[in-house]
Amino acid sequence: MWEYAPAPESRDIANLKPSYKMFVDGKFVEGTGEPLKTVNPATEEVLAEVSTASQSDVDTAVKAARKAYDRVWSKMPGSERAKYIYRIARQIQERGRELAVLESLDNGKPIKESRDVDVPTAASHFFYHAGWADKLGYAGYGPDPQPLGVAGQVIPWNFPLLMAAWKIAPALACGNTVVLKPAETTPLTALVLADVIQQCDLPPGVVNIIPGAGDVGAALVGHEDVNKVAFTGSTDVGKVIQGRLAGTSKKLTLELGGKAANIVFDDAPLDQAVEGIVNGIFFNQGHVCCAGSRLLVQESIADELVEKLHARVSTLRVGDPLDKNTDVGAINSREQLTRIKELTESGDAEGAQRWTSSCPLPDKGFFFAPTVFSNVSQAMRIAREEIFGPVLSVLTFRTPEEAVAKANNTPYGLSAGIWTEKGSRILWMAQRMRAGVVWSNTFNRFDPTAPFGGYQESGFGREGGRTGLEAYLDV
Amino acid sequence: MAAPTTPPSALADAVRDESSLRRFLHGLPGVDQVGVEQRAAGLGTRSIKKASKLHAIDLAISMVDLTTLEGADTAGKVRGLAAKAKRPDPERPDVPPVAAVCVYPDMVATAAKELQGTGINVASVATAFPSGRSTLDIKLADTRFAVREGASEVDMVIDRGAFLSGRYGQVFEEIVKVKEACGDAHLKVILETGELVTYDNVRRASWLALLAGGDFIKTSTGKVQPAATLPVTHVMLQAVRDWKAQTGELRGVKPAGGIRTTKDAIKYLVAVHEVAGPEWLDPHLFRFGASTLLNDLLMQRRTQLDGHYSGPDYVTVD
Repeated sequence: MWEYAPAPESRDIANLKPSYKMFVDGKFVEGTGEPLKTVNPATEEVLAEVSTASQSDVDTAVKAARKAYDRVWSKMPGSERAKYIYRIARQIQERGRELAVLESLDNGKPIKESRDVDVPTAASHFFYHAGWADKLGYAGYGPDPQPLGVAGQVIPWNFPLLMAAWKIAPALACGNTVVLKPAETTPLTALVLADVIQQCDLPPGVVNIIPGAGDVGAALVGHEDVNKVAFTGSTDVGKVIQGRLAGTSKKLTLELGGKAANIVFDDAPLDQAVEGIVNGIFFNQGHVCCAGSRLLVQESIADELVEKLHARVSTLRVGDPLDKNTDVGAINSREQLTRIKELTESGDAEGAQRWTSSCPLPDKGFFFAPTVFSNVSQAMRIAREEIFGPVLSVLTFRTPEEAVAKANNTPYGLSAGIWTEKGSRILWMAQRMRAGVVWSNTFNRFDPTAPFGGYQESGFGREGGRTGLEAYLDV
Repeated sequence: MAAPTTPPSALADAVRDESSLRRFLHGLPGVDQVGVEQRAAGLGTRSIKKASKLHAIDLAISMVDLTTLEGADTAGKVRGLAAKAKRPDPERPDVPPVAAVCVYPDMVATAAKELQGTGINVASVATAFPSGRSTLDIKLADTRFAVREGASEVDMVIDRGAFLSGRYGQVFEEIVKVKEACGDAHLKVILETGELVTYDNVRRASWLALLAGGDFIKTSTGKVQPAATLPVTHVMLQAVRDWKAQTGELRGVKPAGGIRTTKDAIKYLVAVHEVAGPEWLDPHLFRFGASTLLNDLLMQRRTQLDGHYSGPDYVTVD
């Protein structure tokens, strides 16, 4: 037997500090909220203490952002703003290893993904949007589209740095200033991004980063001097935010949950479909709002495909996120692990057939072995509710019409995957998918030039591409 | 069509006649180019260190078909290669011997004499290698000659022209006949994937060769660019894996040409391990067709054991 020796990335590269402060008005300052302790989900050790914002800190940050907006950033020519944003992009690349290791420590995602996906994609969002800053007049929103003002942004824990980049880059390119709240369990890379921003000499107050829990987020989105709210996270919180903002002049975009269908037809390239299914649900431990958590497979090939899928999933290596050979890392928090366990138990109780990879799991930390449920029906909770973990539900269909009906039979509508070698069927299906992103013969591919966003309870507004600029312009 | 070395009953229908064969090959699932290349690149990032690297190096050495296929080959060159095959690193007797020495048919006798009793196989290319452009009789005579001279393995080339013009029955029949001419010698079927171009063709040709009784499917002659690539090898590994699932039989894969470094070789071994399965990590089921790879493996082996790099002057050039 050939065992791969451990190949861990050195944690020293993360430059982990015992404590982190919030970033307001160009300076790192202690928050007056109760400090939080952020935990490495792979070991359950405390990584660092992070100061959090109180209600008055939120107010201070918004005031700083307002001042920076009024005095500097909104008046600066786009070509000058672009220089700052390009500089941030390059700094992210230069500090890529540090950011990747820190992300894996704080979030639990495998270093392979933080290194090859999160960090490079974060940099590419800044590069892409830097290019727009002096060309907004050609974006299709009139000759001289204006920014909105102060953007209050709240991001989730599944892609801590990348979501910060998705939010900050277009806001800055369009001339807005930012107050961003990272997730409670993963604040570290956003604060290193703050350091990058400070090193880039961005004018004080243009970007402010204030860690904290939901109450800080609520204070931020509810602040009367915030002009634009962008939220990525759960549908439940999204609904609360939308309710609170109703009747105000604040512009809102929401990117919420999903229960995407990955649809495999009998003429699909099967081996690559298996790869796409695995990438769709086990990438980032399934902590992906657009994860392909429902596999819809044509009945005539279901047995063959599921057999291939089991064999492939058995090769996934679960364990130390810092090991370069780890495919599936740690679940981000005990709370999330509990939720995944609860939902999978409902799958058992409702009669689905559970298959679990026999991979060994570490003794400590929050881990969940890759799991595939077969014989799932639309009525089961595991087919309807977002599990946000490495759990796939396999359903079958007989005809393309049935595939469309089942795929769309969800209150969500963020993404979908279509696997077939027939081009006309791809187009036919894509037109009928009620999902913001439709991938064909691939899954979970992200690019700053492509707009991303949802239908229905997956939210509204787009991020990325020319379309994504609209969210940060007064149009 | 000629009776093949009867494929298992599940697949008997596939080779009943030319049109069944065509239907079978065209009914195989397609290969998505972007997907297979992405997967190959992704697996290529595996980090193999320390003991696992040393194990991989020794395994790779034992899988090398040490090859010389030049117009300028002489008995002296082949004898030198045979000596290298037996003791790849003369100062380190614990280095395993390679799997085989691969030569042209007229050099087989020389190689066989040098390697007698060593357990190292003599492989001979045959069937109007590398183009395969000759008559069946000449190809069969070429094969019989190589076996008679002492080859225990025959590396044949398929008729790519026939394959690309859709005459699958002809390709099939040739392989079956060459297999017969091989007798006990193992048959490796070179697909020359650089001329088949698409992954769909590679998959079809792989199954065609397996149905016809090839013991190994091999990527390339080394005379056409591109030669072996990781994604092509992925597709061929999938074929032998699926063949086993359907028939229970184990068949081998041999990438050849262009694999020069230890780093590359390890990427191939990772693919063997994770695409086909650990069973295939065996010189009976996986080979590297290479000439310069061996010395890089030896240098890296020394680096692993000595803790420093010594350089190309410390390995023998034959």
